[in-house]
Amino acid sequence: MQRIRLRYTKRGRLRFTSHRDFQRAFERALRRAEVPMAYSAGFTPHPKVSYANAAPTGVSSEAEYLEIALTDPRDPERLRALLDESLPSGLDVVEAVEARTPGLADRLQASVWQLRLEGVAPAEVERAVAAFLATDTVEVKRTTKNGLRAFDARSAVMALEVVSGRAEAAQRVGEGEATGAPTDIEQSADRLGRGDCAILRLVVRHLTPAVRPDDVLSGLRATADLAPPVPAEVTRLAQGPLDKETGTVTDPLAPDRDAATAVLTTAVGLTGATVSDGSA
Amino acid sequence: MPVESVFPRLEALLPHVQKPIQYVGGELNSTAKDWDSCDVRWSLMYPDAYEVGLPNQGVMILYEVLNEREGVLAERTYSVWPDLEALMRQHHVPQFTVDAHRPVKEFDAFGVSFSTELGYTNLLTALDLADIPLEAAARTLDDPIVIAGGHAAFNPEPIADFIDAAVIGDGEQAVLEITDVIRAWKAEGRPEGRDGLLLRLAKTGGVYIPKFYGVEYLPDGRIARVVPNVSGVPWRVSKHTVMDLDEWPYPKQPLVPLAETVHERMSVEIFRGCTRGCRFCQAGMITRPVRERSITGIGDMVEAGLKATGFEEVGLLSLSSADHSEITDITKGLADRYEDDKIGLSLPSTRVDAFNIDLADELTRNGRRSGLTFAPEGGSERIRKVINKMVSEEDLIRTVATAYGNGWRQVKLYFMCGLPTETDDDVLEIADMATKVIAKGREVSGKNDIRCTVSIGGFVPKPHTPFQWAPQLSAEETDARLEKLRDKIRGDKRYGRSIGFRYHDGKPGIVEGLLSRGDRRIGAVIRAVYEDGGRFDGWREHFSYDRWMECADAVLPPLGVDVDWYTTRERGYEEVLPWDHLDSGLDKDWLWEDWQDALEETEVDDCRWTPCFDCGVCPAMDTQIQIGPTGKKLLPLMVKNS
Ligand code: B12
Ligand code: SF4
Repeated sequence: MQRIRLRYTKRGRLRFTSHRDFQRAFERALRRAEVPMAYSAGFTPHPKVSYANAAPTGVSSEAEYLEIALTDPRDPERLRALLDESLPSGLDVVEAVEARTPGLADRLQASVWQLRLEGVAPAEVERAVAAFLATDTVEVKRTTKNGLRAFDARSAVMALEVVSGRAEAAQRVGEGEATGAPTDIEQSADRLGRGDCAILRLVVRHLTPAVRPDDVLSGLRATADLAPPVPAEVTRLAQGPLDKETGTVTDPLAPDRDAATAVLTTAVGLTGATVSDGSA
Repeated sequence: MPVESVFPRLEALLPHVQKPIQYVGGELNSTAKDWDSCDVRWSLMYPDAYEVGLPNQGVMILYEVLNEREGVLAERTYSVWPDLEALMRQHHVPQFTVDAHRPVKEFDAFGVSFSTELGYTNLLTALDLADIPLEAAARTLDDPIVIAGGHAAFNPEPIADFIDAAVIGDGEQAVLEITDVIRAWKAEGRPEGRDGLLLRLAKTGGVYIPKFYGVEYLPDGRIARVVPNVSGVPWRVSKHTVMDLDEWPYPKQPLVPLAETVHERMSVEIFRGCTRGCRFCQAGMITRPVRERSITGIGDMVEAGLKATGFEEVGLLSLSSADHSEITDITKGLADRYEDDKIGLSLPSTRVDAFNIDLADELTRNGRRSGLTFAPEGGSERIRKVINKMVSEEDLIRTVATAYGNGWRQVKLYFMCGLPTETDDDVLEIADMATKVIAKGREVSGKNDIRCTVSIGGFVPKPHTPFQWAPQLSAEETDARLEKLRDKIRGDKRYGRSIGFRYHDGKPGIVEGLLSRGDRRIGAVIRAVYEDGGRFDGWREHFSYDRWMECADAVLPPLGVDVDWYTTRERGYEEVLPWDHLDSGLDKDWLWEDWQDALEETEVDDCRWTPCFDCGVCPAMDTQIQIGPTGKKLLPLMVKNS
């Protein structure tokens, strides 16, 4: 059985896809692409797909992960291209590696989020961020399955900064400004609130209960009365292992890729010899 | 002039609504053609929520048929839920298509598919949101022509004020003919404006334009006559019938939604029409004659459709699927073919007497089994004769025994309450039937945990059926009868706990009855209900019986009629019915005789297997029934490329 790990996106209008919606779409894509899936046992067998830590409905993402089990090995890159073509554009499969290490889910320790706040001045956001970072705990409330819960939104936040913005005056000069974010895809041209705008980037650790970007926004409101007039547009830029020193998030597929290169090197080194046990 | 997408404005509203994914489009196999390179543009609507409307085969077929044509574009639109409706009104976002998010008003034609009358208020919401005047008379050249289709369009009179046109029968060829007329009229510079186009359509004989027909009433409220008020339009408008289904293998590329919908499967219509002759069944009457798709045609559609969609279930759709002349070979062939692919098979509408062990086996071979559903419709042998549902209790018990014997644990039985001539006893016999089913089931399965669910709702008499003259049972009497049945089932010590009871109260049926057999005077009621906030009448949580009754009481009495007049009143032979000028192919005298036969408890046979009983359809359409067997088999497909 071969296991393949995929990174996929939720872009543009398809960010409104819920996780359940995505699961159905993905399983159908597997069928259309005739991927030799391994199935669970039982009365209604299901293809073996493990999803990890999906972004909430309405949130864009450049970094969603899942793992599939195949009965017949496939070339990861060709499989990726096939699946990508089989899914609607916006749900794009952007990376595939063969799983050669355990525990992908455990490696998803933190996320990098980008929040686009329309209608608030960057300076105002800067002030709120400073106030937020200056406190040790910021209690916020959210309605969960078990009712209204209160929890700390501060300690999970490893980094928080305003990366760019546009004040009203500057904006009037020219249309079609860059947002500054390299992965900012399919920004629709005409939004509500053509005025100020600020872009926040934050690194949040995955804890229980999970602290989500909107919880941080609630925190900003609680500490500094920051209240954007329209909902923030949120994108997950990355998720993966957290480097606690630098507060950065690294590539969760890197260990698999490294292992693959290692195997390849070993295989090359052993050319001509009898290989008894090549794989990890 | 290109038409701008409203998506950017809509997108800002989406974070605030439930299930936003239903409004964003981009479904697999959907199409958004270039606006400027097309000269005839349709928006097609299923007037219910996306989750119900998207899987609708009718709209899907027309969408594909139209988009395949060069220079023709079709996009889809569905009813938006009240949460989005409120925001759209507040932010001036018009009714939009999900394909390219273009405003519905910008299209040439707005086709609306009504499989049920309960979508009428949703039509008004959509028109209003689209900024199209509700009344057809107020529309200008800037508005699309609003065309109703689907089964409910066989009596479009209640919505005559709001539509410009109605098409009865199959739509595949009709939409293309309409397209040609629109194209020619536009190319000539729209001579004589809107009416010029409508007149051209009317003259084809296959498009009903309500405004070209005047309705005159008798002092007692009945219709005196319906007459054309311009020259050149036919006295009666005829229905459209696709004769060779194999020539129309649609949908070829079924839509696969991202949002969850009521039907997540690849449906193939295996035949159209039904000649069983169940007297309550409008669908069976208006879709005659029977036209089968060939076994090979079905096999090809399934194969292509599964490839195009990745669905894990195939539904063999029709009015009575087990009646296909080669159904056993079809199900067996498909089960063989997809044995290893974990593809489930289902037959949504299956009759008791046609159901057999082979079918049950084939359907469950690939591992998935849902409960079995049968529709005896009437509780007593007598009432089943009245409705011409020729199922004997013996047949039913035998079939059900086989099912339990084969390991099925759950059987659902469908019935109607309020059928013509029905008494309490007819309905109470349902309880006896259910206990016999359980007793037999326990006997053959040797188990006590088997179940049977009785599901029952009120009967609504429909146009173009032998029961079009029948009195509808009032909501109060329906409810009283259903309560007696419930008490009898619950009171049964030995079997009661094994019998589930689900019933629909009589109130929605009265509104449906008002809309089904209504005439043009009902339009004002629909409008009043809409203006009072009525929406989504097919949904329990939105439907308000009281609102309908209040509005009807305000509108109808001054005209000398009321709700009872439309629903519980029996009609006579000589009465002009509001839909008489819409020709479903059925001979009115034949329908009347069948109604008389019903009252005398006389059955008629299925004309597929016994001599023709002259319902009028075949000669009217110069055709005959189109059925197999072809004797062909489905071949297993080649090993799949891997
Ligand atoms: C699948 C199905 C469902 C599904 C899916 C519904 C859906 N979204 O399509 C579900 C389970 C949800 C469902 C629910 C209901 N259904 Co249903 N359903 C069917 C079934 C089995 C197939 C429908 C179908 O796809 N037909 C095939 C397509 C191609 O036919 P079509 O839609 O009529 O379209 C053709 C023409 O009418 C025409 N046309 C259609 N629209 C337009 C528009 C224009 C502009 C033009 C020009 C032409 C045109 O062109 C099309 C191609 O030829 C039929 C039985 C049958 N075999 O028809 C019952 C049937 C349509 N349902 C029926 C009923 C009563 C209901 C419910 C009201 C039941 C209830 N009490 O809740 C609900 C209503 C749901 C709703 N709000 O719309 C009845 C309608 C009765 C009647 N008056 O004829 C039928 C006929 C069953 C029966 N034997 O009684 N249903
Ligand atoms: S079998 Fe009876 S109920 Fe079913 S479609 Fe035919 S006529 Fe209608």
